[in-house]
Amino acid sequence: MSDKEIWVIAEYDEKGIKKNTWESVSAARLLSEHLKLKPAVVILGNGIQRFAEELSKEVELVYSIEHLLLSKYDSNAYVSSIYSLIKDKKPAIIIASATFRGKDYIPMLSAKLDCGLISDCVGFEVKDTILFKRAVYGGRLMAAVMYEGAELLIVTIRPRSFEHRKIETAKGEIIQFKPNLEQNDILVAVREIIKEVGKRPDLSEADIIVSGGRGMKGAENFKLLEELADILGGAVGASRAVVDEGWMPHLFQIGQTGRVVSPMLYIACGISGAPQHLAGMSTSKCIVAINKDPNAPIFKIADYGIVDDLFKVVPVMIQEIKSEGTRNDKGGIFAWKMLL
Amino acid sequence: MKIIVCVKEVPDTAIALKIKSDSTEIETENIPWVINPYDEYAMEEALRLKERFGGNVTAITVGRKRAENILRNCFALGADRALIINGESFKDNLAVSKILTKVIKNMGYDVILCGKESVDYGYAQTGQIIAGLLRIPCVSAIKKLDISPSTKEAVCHREIEGGLEVVKCSLPAVFTAQKGLNVPRYASLSGIMKAKKTKIETLEPDALDLNLSNYKAKIKIINLSYPPKRPEGKIIQGTLPDTAKELVRSLREARYI
Ligand SMILES: Cc1cc2nc3c(=O)[nH]c(=O)nc-3n(C[C@H](O)[C@H](O)[C@H](O)COP(=O)(O)OP(=O)(O)OC[C@H]3O[C@@H](n4cnc5c(N)ncnc54)[C@H](O)[C@@H]3O)c2cc1C
Ligand SMILES: Nc1ncnc2c1ncn2[C@@H]1O[C@H](COP(=O)(O)O)[C@@H](O)[C@H]1O
Repeated sequence: MSDKEIWVIAEYDEKGIKKNTWESVSAARLLSEHLKLKPAVVILGNGIQRFAEELSKEVELVYSIEHLLLSKYDSNAYVSSIYSLIKDKKPAIIIASATFRGKDYIPMLSAKLDCGLISDCVGFEVKDTILFKRAVYGGRLMAAVMYEGAELLIVTIRPRSFEHRKIETAKGEIIQFKPNLEQNDILVAVREIIKEVGKRPDLSEADIIVSGGRGMKGAENFKLLEELADILGGAVGASRAVVDEGWMPHLFQIGQTGRVVSPMLYIACGISGAPQHLAGMSTSKCIVAINKDPNAPIFKIADYGIVDDLFKVVPVMIQEIKSEGTRNDKGGIFAWKMLL
Repeated sequence: MKIIVCVKEVPDTAIALKIKSDSTEIETENIPWVINPYDEYAMEEALRLKERFGGNVTAITVGRKRAENILRNCFALGADRALIINGESFKDNLAVSKILTKVIKNMGYDVILCGKESVDYGYAQTGQIIAGLLRIPCVSAIKKLDISPSTKEAVCHREIEGGLEVVKCSLPAVFTAQKGLNVPRYASLSGIMKAKKTKIETLEPDALDLNLSNYKAKIKIINLSYPPKRPEGKIIQGTLPDTAKELVRSLREARYI
């Protein structure tokens, strides 16, 4: 193995290291095998010792960039901190998650380094060289792209595109790094965070999404989908028609001008299946459609369909699931995912 | 207030696309082109800023001659100036961002608005790169923008997973527009008539004094393909409650629930 490194930049929240970071670590391992690179993780923040330790259980090398001015996220502070570490260590590839945060600062970092950036990658293909796969034209086509530059490459990875394969390594080394930051390096100051999803998982992390369209007929009826989502431990989504009607905030919109999701199970209720909606969910592992119109295009991509009134179908489903419980109640969602 | 909006033309979002025989590009003959949906929110926000605080709005695109249509549309909505940079030879997004930066730098700016992402290649990086190169703040995926011209400050709502962040930055700055920022207006008839007569300025890259070696593509698409077809689905036949029960049973058997 060469001493050139491949880095993953970690994300975390109060619950710990985020799932998308572990997925990136697994993606980095795949690349590192082919390119003979040494995997490492970079974490930024203030008071992040426990996160660095969590990372070191699975990764051999952790760079912990700590500074008081990194207590809250700011793109410029992130960029200049990571930049100085890059100048010092000269990694070959950097991987970050294509989350709202990754999408925010990573392009600025690439501008500062004048390096290549492949964003929102969903897979690799190894030929004589590595081809990076991305969805283009709202998922209507797939592109295989090649990096032609000689220097550092940055790749952002769409959440849920790679599976986290847990590897327990010997305790990894944690290297502290103190960036040179001053108050006026903070260009975008975060004042407040407003949570909109409550206790349900965010759409990009949910294993199951129950989604409603115009067929829901009104905001009040989303209670039904929330009940189904809650017994499945899932999230609730919506079509644009629903958002435009004001029944749900835009945060829940799935599709070309909303979120792109890829859950294990997507249950579409009263959604017709317009191309712009499919753009956001057609890579779901299993798609269920409930629609009273047998000709609705959603049925063309559904694995299971029921042609009937959703207001009659969903309550039976809820009752049926409640009566026998879910795998979720037994071994936790990860336990059953491993069985697939 | 000097407001600049970057706009891009993209194939209509509903049509089926065909891949050319060289398999690196799509067939572009006779397909409908539209302004990138997120750029409509950027344009609308620019017009609202102008209406509130005065100033002017310039729409810029790097593209083919055909992209004049979307600039005309911007005029019809109320832009004061529109500029197209002939970008046929620039396939790389980083190169396009550098060109936009160069042009914007020469024009002066207080607020630069982009879309959150273009729905053709979906890079979601241009606005952030422009800000990075200009060394000014950037707030991406905004859903609300409040500007105070006297203090030259902006407070925005930026989308994050599961919610919003309320952030503050100083001007000049780049903002990228997320859906929800506003509801774009339609062009008025008089606007459309006026736009027909307005002149769109064209710039050839040669006139920009670019050092072309800095604009070489770093990323190359070597193949386009259709996504794998999903296997034929199954409509569960019968009547309620049997159908719903059968669905739950199937999902349980396949270990989805
Ligand atoms: C630029 C652009 C971007 C767009 N981006 C998005 C996007 O990001 N996401 C998105 O979703 N759309 C997007 N759209 C809109 C898209 O084209 C469709 O208009 C939208 O997806 C339709 O939403 P819908 O399926 O909920 O509504 P409809 O198309 O009205 O379908 C409602 C469905 O509900 C069924 N139904 C009604 N009552 C019942 C009942 N009781 N039981 C069962 N079924 C019932 C009907 O049969 C029908 O099929 C975009 C459009 C454009 C032009
Ligand atoms: N060729 C272009 N000309 C003008 N603006 C562009 C161009 N490409 C991208 N943009 C702007 O950058 C935004 C994000 O695009 P992208 O980074 O390609 O996803 C778009 O919504 C536009 O506002």
